[in-house]
Amino acid sequence: MSSPPILYCRCAYAKVVPKEVKDGVLEQLVESGVAFESVADLCNMSAKRDPTLACYAQQPGLKIAACYPRAVKWLFAAAGSPLTEENVEIVNMRTLNADESCAQLLGEPSGEADNTTQETE
Amino acid sequence: MMSATVQRVVLYEGQASEPFQKGARLELLTALLDRGYSVSCVQTDDDFRGQGHQNLVVLGQFNGPIPTITPQDTKEANLHVRDIAGLDSDQVLGVVEDACQTTGGVGSEGWKPWFPVIDYDRCTNCMQCLSFCLFDVYGATEEGKITVRNETNCKTDCPACSRVCPEVAILFPKYKAGPINGDEVNTDDVRREAMKVDISSLLGGDIYSMLRDRNAKAKSRFSKERDDERALKERQRCLKKLQAGMGDLDIPAEALTNLPSADEIRLKAEQSKKIAQEALERQKKDL
Repeated sequence: MSSPPILYCRCAYAKVVPKEVKDGVLEQLVESGVAFESVADLCNMSAKRDPTLACYAQQPGLKIAACYPRAVKWLFAAAGSPLTEENVEIVNMRTLNADESCAQLLGEPSGEADNTTQETE
Repeated sequence: MMSATVQRVVLYEGQASEPFQKGARLELLTALLDRGYSVSCVQTDDDFRGQGHQNLVVLGQFNGPIPTITPQDTKEANLHVRDIAGLDSDQVLGVVEDACQTTGGVGSEGWKPWFPVIDYDRCTNCMQCLSFCLFDVYGATEEGKITVRNETNCKTDCPACSRVCPEVAILFPKYKAGPINGDEVNTDDVRREAMKVDISSLLGGDIYSMLRDRNAKAKSRFSKERDDERALKERQRCLKKLQAGMGDLDIPAEALTNLPSADEIRLKAEQSKKIAQEALERQKKDL
C-alpha cells in the first residue's frame, strides 16, 4: 500500500513557523525517503488562486504540514479549491515541534504529543 | 486550468540521472523553497506529475544526453530540463532564475503574502469589513456575499479589519497571535472583539473620522515644525497615542501614515457603504 501524500509548506515569507521546526521537518522528510511535495508558501498560492492547490485538495488522505488547520482550510477555500475535510490531516508546525510533526506526517505514534491538529468540523 | 508561470522545480532522479546525495538534496530543497519556488522530488518517472503547471524546471544530474521526460498526468506541460551535475546551490538558483526569465515565470516577487482570509463558518455577511477597509481589499460577489477581491492592496502586517469583525471571522494566517492567525476561537475572543467594536462606536461610530481628525491635528503641528526630524518624531508620537486610544488595534504606523486625505476617506466611506448596502439587498432578494 502506498503512503498517503504529504504536502510541506515552507512559509517562506514570514517567520511565524519556528525555523528549527520547519528545517527539522524538511530534514526528516528527506531522510525518510518518502515522496512528498513542498511549496514555498500556501498563502502566496492562495492569493494567486494557484490551480495546483486543486490538485492537492483532490488527493485522498492528504497530510499537510503547515500552520493552524482553520487557516489552511480557508486558504484552500479562498483559492477555489476547498479541502475535503474528512480526507485531510493538517499538522500545525506553529504549535508542534519537528519530531511531533513528523510523527503525525509519517504515521508513527506521536508519543507525548497531545496537540492534535486533525481537521474536524 | 494550468498555472502559466514557472514556480515549480522538479528535482529529478529518474532515468539516465544520478541520485542526489541526501545532504545535497536537502540543501537544494531549502534554497529553492526559501527563494519562493515549489519543489517536487521525483525518483521515478511514474511519480512525475505536472500538478497543473504549464512550465516546470526539471533539474537532474545526467550522465550524458538528457532523456525525454513526460509527466504522467499531462503532455501539455513545457519542461525546461537542466543538467546541474557539479553545481552548488547558488549556481543552481542561477540556473532556475534564468529558466524562469525565459518563460516569464517568477519565484519570489518580494510581496509578503499578507491579506485577509474569511472563515465563512463564522462570517455573517455583515459587511463591516467592506465598510471599514479604505484600500478596496474587500468586495461583494454577484450573490451579495462578502469576498476578498484585491489581496495585494492589503497593508502588510495590518490586522485592523479583523479587529472590527464582530464574529472573529477574519484571519491573517501570518499574524503573530490567535485567533487572528487561525487558532481556535473561544468565547473570550468573541467577547473581546465585541468590546472593541463598542469602543469604536463610543469614539464616534467611525474609526476613520477619528483618524481623520487626529491626522489633521498632527499635520497642522507638522507644518509648524521647522525641524523635519522633530516633526517626524511628533507624528510618530501622535500615531502611537492614536493606536492606544483605539484599544490597540495593532495597526502598523506605515498603514496609518498612508491613509488617504480626509476628502478621499469620506468619498471611500460613502462608496463602501453603497456597495455593502447593494450587496445586502441582493442577498435579501435571493432569500
